[in-house]
Amino acid sequence: MSKKLLKWNEDRTLFPEKNSEGKIDVDYDSHKFMKIWHGPQHPGITGNMSLELTLLGDEVMDCETHVGYLHRGFEKLMERRKYIQCFPIVCRVAVPEPDFNEYCFASAMEELAGIEVPEAAEWLRTLVLEMSRLQSFLAWMGGQAGSLGQGIIGQWTIYLRDLILDRFEELTGGRIYHMYMLPGGVRGLLPDGFRQRMTENLDEIDRFMKDVKKVMFDNAVFKKRTVGMGVIDPAWIHPFGITGPNARAAGVAKDVRKDNPYLKYPELDFEPVVGKDSDIYTRADVRRRDLLMTVDLIRQIMAKIPDKGDIRAKTPNVLHWKVPAGETYSRAECTRGEYGYYMVSDGTEYPRRINVRGPSYTHAVALLEKMIVNANIADVAGLMVSLHTYPPEIER
Amino acid sequence: MAKLNDILSPFTAWKHVVREPVTIKDPLNREAADRYRGFHKNDISECIGCGTCESICQNAAIDLVPVDGVETKDGDSGLRPRVDYGRCCWCGLCVDVCTTNSLSLSNEYTWVDEDPDNFRFVPGAENKSWDSREKGYKKPGNGYELYNPKREAMEELEPEKRDQSFIEIVQGYSKEQAEQEADRCVECGICVATCPAHMGIPEYIKAIRNDDLNEGLRVLYDTNPLPEICGRICTHKCETVCSVGHHGDPLSIRWLKRYIADQNPAEEYKKILNTENLQPTGKKVAIIGSGPSGLSAAHYLALMGYQCTIYEKLPAAGGMMRFGIPEYRLPYDQLDKDINYILSLGVEIKYNVTIGKDITLEELHNQYDAVFSGTGLHMGRSTRVPGTDHPKVYQAVDLLRDIVLGKEIPLEENIVVIGGGNVAMDITRSLARLQKQKYGKVGVLATSLESEDIMPADREEVIEAREENAVIDPGWGPVEIETEGDKVKGLHVVKCLSVFDENRRFAPKFDEEQKKFFPADMVVESIGQGMDLSYLPEAFKEQLDMDQRGRILVNDDFQTSAGWLFAGGDIIQGPDVIHGIANGHKAAMGIDKYLSEK
Repeated sequence: MSKKLLKWNEDRTLFPEKNSEGKIDVDYDSHKFMKIWHGPQHPGITGNMSLELTLLGDEVMDCETHVGYLHRGFEKLMERRKYIQCFPIVCRVAVPEPDFNEYCFASAMEELAGIEVPEAAEWLRTLVLEMSRLQSFLAWMGGQAGSLGQGIIGQWTIYLRDLILDRFEELTGGRIYHMYMLPGGVRGLLPDGFRQRMTENLDEIDRFMKDVKKVMFDNAVFKKRTVGMGVIDPAWIHPFGITGPNARAAGVAKDVRKDNPYLKYPELDFEPVVGKDSDIYTRADVRRRDLLMTVDLIRQIMAKIPDKGDIRAKTPNVLHWKVPAGETYSRAECTRGEYGYYMVSDGTEYPRRINVRGPSYTHAVALLEKMIVNANIADVAGLMVSLHTYPPEIER
Repeated sequence: MAKLNDILSPFTAWKHVVREPVTIKDPLNREAADRYRGFHKNDISECIGCGTCESICQNAAIDLVPVDGVETKDGDSGLRPRVDYGRCCWCGLCVDVCTTNSLSLSNEYTWVDEDPDNFRFVPGAENKSWDSREKGYKKPGNGYELYNPKREAMEELEPEKRDQSFIEIVQGYSKEQAEQEADRCVECGICVATCPAHMGIPEYIKAIRNDDLNEGLRVLYDTNPLPEICGRICTHKCETVCSVGHHGDPLSIRWLKRYIADQNPAEEYKKILNTENLQPTGKKVAIIGSGPSGLSAAHYLALMGYQCTIYEKLPAAGGMMRFGIPEYRLPYDQLDKDINYILSLGVEIKYNVTIGKDITLEELHNQYDAVFSGTGLHMGRSTRVPGTDHPKVYQAVDLLRDIVLGKEIPLEENIVVIGGGNVAMDITRSLARLQKQKYGKVGVLATSLESEDIMPADREEVIEAREENAVIDPGWGPVEIETEGDKVKGLHVVKCLSVFDENRRFAPKFDEEQKKFFPADMVVESIGQGMDLSYLPEAFKEQLDMDQRGRILVNDDFQTSAGWLFAGGDIIQGPDVIHGIANGHKAAMGIDKYLSEK
């Protein structure tokens, strides 16, 4: 194979042969193998999950992913909450990028109830989703650089993310959990002076991203550790349900914003960012360009967003809102791929079933277990972060 | 191969060495954004303790608790929200759903305390440093409402279609309208506490939302056996205190009650209410008067198996509901629907029987195990100004009764009505209709001591009376009715400055300089009614506990000091229908208790 999945020791005679199931027989008594736990507190994990690694030397022979450290039972909890009471819960499903939960939950409800959201609220939702993508990309970028030994990038991007969180605080009243996209609309218009401050922040981000490009991407060490590493075969994309930058870096232009336009995206000018090499470097670069595109999208949104107008449609009384019986799937493009809410209503005041489709579920469990075999232990964190996974959305 | 550029490029990072650090110098004193959702504030003088904040909170972080200095009263539960910061997630839905807009969040977000219990507190009642902060999260405007504050409009007969007839004006809600209106309820229950009968208002409104009108009827009959009547003419104290009414229109509780009653066919009542097989106790109760209290007592006694006989002085049942309230407000078929159901439970009515004349109280006492009296207020009071003894000066209650009885009533072209209550409006509007029928035009004027803003009549009564071309000129005190032989010339009045003194006692003040004369051929007085207790023998009256104003005193079971005699309705409390119903219900329970212990 021209592109290696990961760099491995060329001399395979040192390693046991695989059995008929494609796995090696691990014999701990031989004292050749070592089992180590990567996580749940390892900083390269970006959240609480762990990898149970079986090593031979410094190479990963086998990996089992363990989740459950963050299980809060939200999906079940929501079946015992009125719809409006689910609203403060949903944002907590994915801590670093909560707004997609709010949007998908609200839009699923609105679709079932046949509610048209006012124009201003649609624009504000689009803005908040793009801001959310921006801060999530910035947080990821620090993680990706940090997992491969570059501390400085994280310091810059977390600073930049903080600027966006300031804007979130101003617009929504919260920094992390915004609780802004209420079913039926949003909870506030743009504050005075918001545009000006946002524009300054975006300029600052642009300025820093130029340095990030030079320090992180035009970097011999980073390239050496990432180019040709951790390749996702385009053939896996459909069977593994790979979406977002992970798919786009493999040349598959999957983007819900284009494929299944929602909110005000049809009125915005953008093309999905794609790469072709599908390695860690390409994925990182796709995300960097995606981030810059998000900056551009926010500028476009700021130019079009109205300052006045109704922010919430007329809905039934939220204290006993009976959503008409039916089922729907509402989706949006988050930084990691397709985020979706499958909602079933039986016509009562309580949702019958809500299922959250977080892209991390496919990326961090099945795909990671497949990709990690034969990786060097030093590359495990970098590989995992390159899939951009958020464990909280695996365990709802 | 790595390019030379890839080796040199990362050194760009060094240029940041000379950059200003971006760290915030004093994060503890950083002020949060204007809309930040920080710690709770509550204006407890605005708050009514409705508890919608508690019901929307998914974390159960809010409890309603009693607070020193806050009294329970009509429209105020006396409780205030206590927030537990061990549970709160600062979503702010409590602020959005607050019916009085008293709750808000400040933008303060740091609070250091060594005692964890302190983080459970009653905002507003316990002073906090952020109480005076202006900034923070408040309920957004711009069409943001979690429930509809606007009332579903009620269809009414146009003034020109109704001013000659006694056809019912209010058309009632359609199914869709009723469900829309029922949806606005926040289920706080403030109305339940205020309703004299403590009706299960949120429950029957919920039944409308669930389209389960049979259940709705069952809830109504738990506390009120006259829902068609109350659904039309109740004084709806519930709506006055409705929490939604603080920043919007109160729920149309009365019309919703009517909707339930209207939609359930009379012939199915017994089946729906499960009253087909009542077990008789063999005991008998006599009831004097078939007004709301008498009917209510009869209904609940019948349910408990007592054989009830109502003694009614007039030829039809209903008391003031029939003989005081005009048909355009309360059609007789609807009145009969409620009354006939009560009669179907085995209650007997003896019409045209006057106690003290046709049968004595003593005889009732001997023939029955207990007696309930709800004789009401049927004697009109007079202003006693000069001229009131003239034969062309009438009492409103007498005229209203005569209209119902089908008697010819005196009707002149120009009439002045003295009074500003609902009875005054009833007679004004009834006379206006009759004048329109007879003379083709309306010439009736109503005047009251109270100025327009404090007139006791319902606002819609005043508006509708004007739509029907009656003149309402409030704020005048009657001085003299000018008469000339057998004719009335009109009413002299002076400006009334205030009706009550600072202790809310009746002490009208007048400006004698401002005079006015209302010309009229006939004057009707409608300033209130008094009771007629002449059926009580004098010797018996002397033994009975009564207050200085001649009212019979009763205990919590509406039992008089005579033991076997119970009393309720307008002679005890009110005057209105719903108090009568509540009294009748309580008296029925009291009679049951009395007869069970006997």
